[in-house]
Amino acid sequence: MKKTKQLFAALTLMVLGLGSAQADYTLDLMRGVTVISNEVYDLHILILWICIFIGIAVFGTMFYSIYYHRKSMGHKAEQFHENTTVEIIWTIIPTIILVGMAIPATKTMLDMDDSREAEMSIKVTGWQWKWEYEYMDNGIHFFSSLDEASNEARQKNSGIDPRSVPHYLLNVDKPLVVPVNTKIRFLFTAADVIHSWWVPDLGWKKDTVPGFINESWTDIKEVGTYRGQCAELCGKDHGFMPIVVIAKEKADYDAWVEEQKTLAIAEANAADKEWAVDELIAKGETVYANNCASCHMADGAGMPGTFPAISGSAVVTGDMDSQVDLMMNGKGMMPAFGQMLSAVDFAAVSTFIRNGLGNSVGDSIQPSAIQTLQPASTEEDDDE
Amino acid sequence: MSAVTAEHDDHHDHGPAKGILRWIVTTNHKDIGTLYLVFALTMFFVGGSMALIIRAELFEPGMQFVDPQFFNSMTTMHALVMVFGAVMPAFVGLANWMIPMMIGAPDMALPRMNNMSFWMLVAGILLLASTLFMEGGAPAAGWTLYPPLVLQTGTALPFAIFSVHLLGISSIMGAINIIATIFNMRAPAMTLMKMPLFVWTWLITAFLLIAIMPVFAGAVTMLLTDRFFDTSFFDAAGGGDPVLYQHIFWFFGHPEVYVMILPTFGVASTIIPVFARKPLFGYASMVYATAAIAFLSFIVWAHHMFTVGMPIAGELYFMYATMLIAIPTGVKIFNWTATMWKGSMTFEAPMLFSIAFVVLFTLGGFTGLMMAIAPVDFQYHDTYFIVAHFHYTLVPASIFILMAAGYYWLPKWTGNMYDERLAQLHFWLSAISVNILFFPQHFLGLAGMPRRIPDYAVQFADWNMISSIGAFIYGPSQLIFVYIVYKTIKGGTGEKVTDEVWEGASKHGLEWTLPSPPPYHTFTTPPEKVPTEHF
Ligand SMILES: [Cu+2]
Repeated sequence: MKKTKQLFAALTLMVLGLGSAQADYTLDLMRGVTVISNEVYDLHILILWICIFIGIAVFGTMFYSIYYHRKSMGHKAEQFHENTTVEIIWTIIPTIILVGMAIPATKTMLDMDDSREAEMSIKVTGWQWKWEYEYMDNGIHFFSSLDEASNEARQKNSGIDPRSVPHYLLNVDKPLVVPVNTKIRFLFTAADVIHSWWVPDLGWKKDTVPGFINESWTDIKEVGTYRGQCAELCGKDHGFMPIVVIAKEKADYDAWVEEQKTLAIAEANAADKEWAVDELIAKGETVYANNCASCHMADGAGMPGTFPAISGSAVVTGDMDSQVDLMMNGKGMMPAFGQMLSAVDFAAVSTFIRNGLGNSVGDSIQPSAIQTLQPASTEEDDDE
Repeated sequence: MSAVTAEHDDHHDHGPAKGILRWIVTTNHKDIGTLYLVFALTMFFVGGSMALIIRAELFEPGMQFVDPQFFNSMTTMHALVMVFGAVMPAFVGLANWMIPMMIGAPDMALPRMNNMSFWMLVAGILLLASTLFMEGGAPAAGWTLYPPLVLQTGTALPFAIFSVHLLGISSIMGAINIIATIFNMRAPAMTLMKMPLFVWTWLITAFLLIAIMPVFAGAVTMLLTDRFFDTSFFDAAGGGDPVLYQHIFWFFGHPEVYVMILPTFGVASTIIPVFARKPLFGYASMVYATAAIAFLSFIVWAHHMFTVGMPIAGELYFMYATMLIAIPTGVKIFNWTATMWKGSMTFEAPMLFSIAFVVLFTLGGFTGLMMAIAPVDFQYHDTYFIVAHFHYTLVPASIFILMAAGYYWLPKWTGNMYDERLAQLHFWLSAISVNILFFPQHFLGLAGMPRRIPDYAVQFADWNMISSIGAFIYGPSQLIFVYIVYKTIKGGTGEKVTDEVWEGASKHGLEWTLPSPPPYHTFTTPPEKVPTEHF
């Protein structure tokens, strides 16, 4: 019933051509929270009005003609079919309008391109299907993927009403945190296929291309949480790799940086301790659900032809070292998880898949053993 | 092998082969035209069904019917089937039927190749459709087939690529045939600047096709060698560049969208004067505008790639060049308006669909102009805003004009009148539902909904639901068209139509000087006079 009502409300709105009834309902581009995003918005409105104005003139003429120059009104057709003056006028006027549009557009374009004098840099890497963030100035490094509540609700026929999930599909486990009033330079690249990093409130999107670095910048003026999504089709879960940017006052941001450093140290310590097999399996189950299940399926059955099964897999039931090697370095569509997972998570999921999902090899591997195999990660070269 | 069906002049005329063989071996332009049109209409419903699957899944937030991978296959296949299976073949079908009759020629210049290009099209589309049943599913990387993503396709990849090759060869052969026909087979009195605009637009389109199809074939062949023969054209690890593919693809892809719209312009320029009972306004400027648009289509491709990370000079150049397209396009829209101005208009189905085309295509043109502005396109790009844009330039433009063409020429082709009341119903249902379907997508895109996603945040729910409702009205209402066509072929309203069919039409086109329906072979001797009212 609620839906019928909503539908009715929306239809009424459309008929009346009116604005929003619901608070979170938008019809237009957002102004955003940077100088650039405001320039973009103004340009958008300018062109929109030019189009509306031309539309009224052209459609007005056409509908006047359709009404008055009808055969049923007894209108006799005139036989003119050329008028050079008129034709020249309606070639020149649009040209002038276009030049008028090109000038502010060029200015905004040049502003957007100027990433000089940035105060900090963040490297963004697109992965199927999560984002990797590396703070080039202080070594903070993490992955950010769809939050668990959305992920559960978005499974086919999950029975969970998306409306009951806060920020459904626009929430992540670990948001990007940045300071306000700071010129931040972003460097974009991708690990597998092309993605596109888009937060509408910043006023732009940029493709992340494997093997290449793209650049963009922002300077957020308001404290707040800004949400976006991957905008370039990147495979199965393209719709499920949101972006959340939290902009904080500088002092709050500095506190967050300190907190992250402490956490990194705690994580490194956790890798050094000896883990019980049960502990590893329990932790591995969560890691599997968050990182592996989207391709290899929650039950490990895989997708025939595209993603191999885990259950009964020759690799998983075979030698531990070759399994770890495959997971560490990737192969084909299988991403290299060596730098994506912490040593603890890596050891946990390696152990879990050998002892769960229908497999029962019975062995396990310790985080400390993984650590020696991992490529140099940011935790280690922290502060050089 | 043949029965004598009709004798005219002193020519010994022979009719079609009997039974199913008539359609398989035919070299007659009218038969091949019919084959193309029937095939295109079938594919319109196949591609449409895929669209309905997409809209069903998007009816509500949450995943209800399909898996994300299959959803991506549907968006990909919907586009490929509609572009290569429905819209392009439909216009080739019209070209086959109408160009010889419009220029006073007995048939197409290369009749056997004509037959071959049709059956190659069928083979290509069947091959493409077969990928739906392959391990790993049909291609799901979007119709643009961008690497590296497309290289993750399963068994289907080489089949899809080979199908593109077949479709490309078919299109090139069709284009060669059209050019050869127009240049060599015109009645002596039919000088180039007396040709109907439908012939002109197709002539220009045919050149576009010959220029671009090999480029697309080359791009997909590079994908093939990257995947199977260890080349790395598009792989940075081997010194290649994934963005190179996008440049090649859009060098094909941008003219390709004009391949679908230029003949649309031609049909609109043919229909509007007849129902306004006036000559077309600005015939010569229509021809020059078409040529200008075709030329510009080759130098604007990277406006599809503003966010890919081009140098600033590239961004600015492609922005300016793209904005220029608005000028010749504007000329066309003004000319159509001026053609209606002070006419004596009636509103039969062909005219209704044509007027709706002018209005709704203009809307699509406006959003196109908005997206030409590179800095703002950073927001619009890859959202539902562009989905709305190109559907406005394809559905209420190309598809509406194809419907208009169907109603306009069906009485000529069959000798029977279609049911005007049902056609009006078809028009109004289509015109209203197509806007319910696509207009809200502008709002979705501006509000931040990316395209090609199977599920969305809840603030997008209402407009998606409305859009889906529009789709579920628009889709089934096209069945009315099938019913009307079927009834018309079977006798229509019962009244026999005149040669002219539409009042004064013979002043506008040679086809209206022929009997309705025209005999199997027409203009075996060229007509001496051609309509000259454009001057
Ligand atoms: Cu992505």
